Amino acid sequence: MVAETPMPTEERIWQLLEEVFDPEVPVLSILDLGIVRGVQVAGEQVTINITPTYSGCPAMNTIATDIRLRLLAEGITQVTINNQLRPAWTTDWMTAAGREKLEAYGIAAPVNGTSTGHVLNLFGQDTAVRCPLCKSEHTHLVSQFGSTACKASYQCDDCLEPFDYFKCH
Amino acid sequence: MQATPSETLSLATYPPEVRQQLFRYVLQLADTSLILGHRLSEWCGHGPILEQDLAMANIALDLLGETRSLYQYAAELEGQGRTEDDLAFLRLATEYQNPLLVEQPNGDFADTVVRQFLFDNFHYHFLQQLQTSPDERLAAIAEKAWKEAAYHLKWSSEWIIRLGDGTEESRQRVEKALSNLWRYSGELTNPTATEQALQSLGLIPNYATLIPAMQAHVAKVFEEATLPLPTETYMQKGGKEGRHTEHLGYILAELQYMQRTYPGMKW
Repeated sequence: MVAETPMPTEERIWQLLEEVFDPEVPVLSILDLGIVRGVQVAGEQVTINITPTYSGCPAMNTIATDIRLRLLAEGITQVTINNQLRPAWTTDWMTAAGREKLEAYGIAAPVNGTSTGHVLNLFGQDTAVRCPLCKSEHTHLVSQFGSTACKASYQCDDCLEPFDYFKCH
Repeated sequence: MQATPSETLSLATYPPEVRQQLFRYVLQLADTSLILGHRLSEWCGHGPILEQDLAMANIALDLLGETRSLYQYAAELEGQGRTEDDLAFLRLATEYQNPLLVEQPNGDFADTVVRQFLFDNFHYHFLQQLQTSPDERLAAIAEKAWKEAAYHLKWSSEWIIRLGDGTEESRQRVEKALSNLWRYSGELTNPTATEQALQSLGLIPNYATLIPAMQAHVAKVFEEATLPLPTETYMQKGGKEGRHTEHLGYILAELQYMQRTYPGMKW
C-alpha cells in the first residue's frame, strides 16, 4: 500500500525551503539569504518566487533545481518557480540568524543600514566591518569585488587574516 | 499611446509597431551589455593584479546577467519563437546594435578603465531613470542592474583618479586612452530614430536629461584625477544602427564559434 501524499501547505513549503542551501555559501539557507519572496499553494500546485542576489548570480539555476528536488522528495511535483527582479534584493533582507551563520563560517556579514547611497562615495568603504576571525573592527578594504559577485575582499589589520565580506547591496 | 506616470505597461498592451520598436531597443541594450561583458571577460587570467582581474570578471558577470534578462524580454517581445541564445549567438554583426565604445579593444589597463568609465557613467545614470519607466519589465531589470552599476562606476572612477594622479607613466597612458576613446562617448546619449520614438512615448528616459549629472560626475572625477577635461567635440557614431568598427566581427567570431560550428549544441 502506498501512503498518500498529504496536500502541501504553505507552512510546510516554507519549512522545506529552510532545508535548501546556497550552493556558494552552504551554511546559509535560501531563507537566511532572503531570496524567497513568496510562496503560493493552490491545490497541488506550488508557486515560489525567488529573486537573484545579483543579475548574473550563477547559483540561481542550481537553487531552482535544489528547490524542485527537495519538494520532489516529499512527493510535491507541481512546482513553478518564478524569477522576480523587483523589488531588487537587498542585504537588509538577510536574517539575523543568517548573519550569525555567515560570521561563524568566516565571512563578515553585511553592515546594516548602508545598502544604498554610500556606493558613489569614492574611496569610501563600509564602516566597521568586523573581522570574522578575531572580531577586530580594525580592518581595511582590499577590493570591492571578491570571490563571488556578492562579496568584497577585506583584510584584518590586527590578526592580518584576509577575509570575504558579504557586501551591502 | 502616451503613458501617464502611474500607469504600468507590459507586453500585452502594446500596439504592434511599438512592440517592434521596443524589441529593437531592448536588443540594443542587451547587445551593449553582452559585448562589453565579453570584452571584460577577455581580461580573465590576464589582469595586472589578482584583485583587479577578479573585479573585471565580476563586472563582466553582472553585465552578462543583465544581458540575459534583456534578451529574454526581447525574445518575448518578438514572439517568433527565438530564444535568448538565438539572439546572442545567431545574429550577424550588422544586426548588432551596441554603441561603438563597448566593442573597442581592451588595449592596456588604462584603455579598459577609460572605456569602462565612459560607459558606467552613462549606464548608472540611465538605469537610475529607467527604473521609473512605465514598462514594468524594463523598470524591474533597471532596478536590479542599477545597484550593480553603482559599484562599477565606483570602480572605474577610482581607477581614473589613481591613474591620472598616479605616476608619469600612468598619467600618459590614461591621457592617451582618453584621446582615443572620448569620441565614442557621444553616441551613448545621441538617440537613434527608434530611441526618439520610444522617448516621445515616455517609455525610456530622454537622454538630454541625463547629461547634466553625467557631466558633473566627469568633472568631479577628472578634477580629483588632475586631468584636463577633453575638448574634442567630434563624435563617432553608427554602432546603434548596425554600422560597426572592424572589431565587432572578431568578437562575434569567438563568441559565436560553437553555435555556428555545431548548430544547436548544448553542454
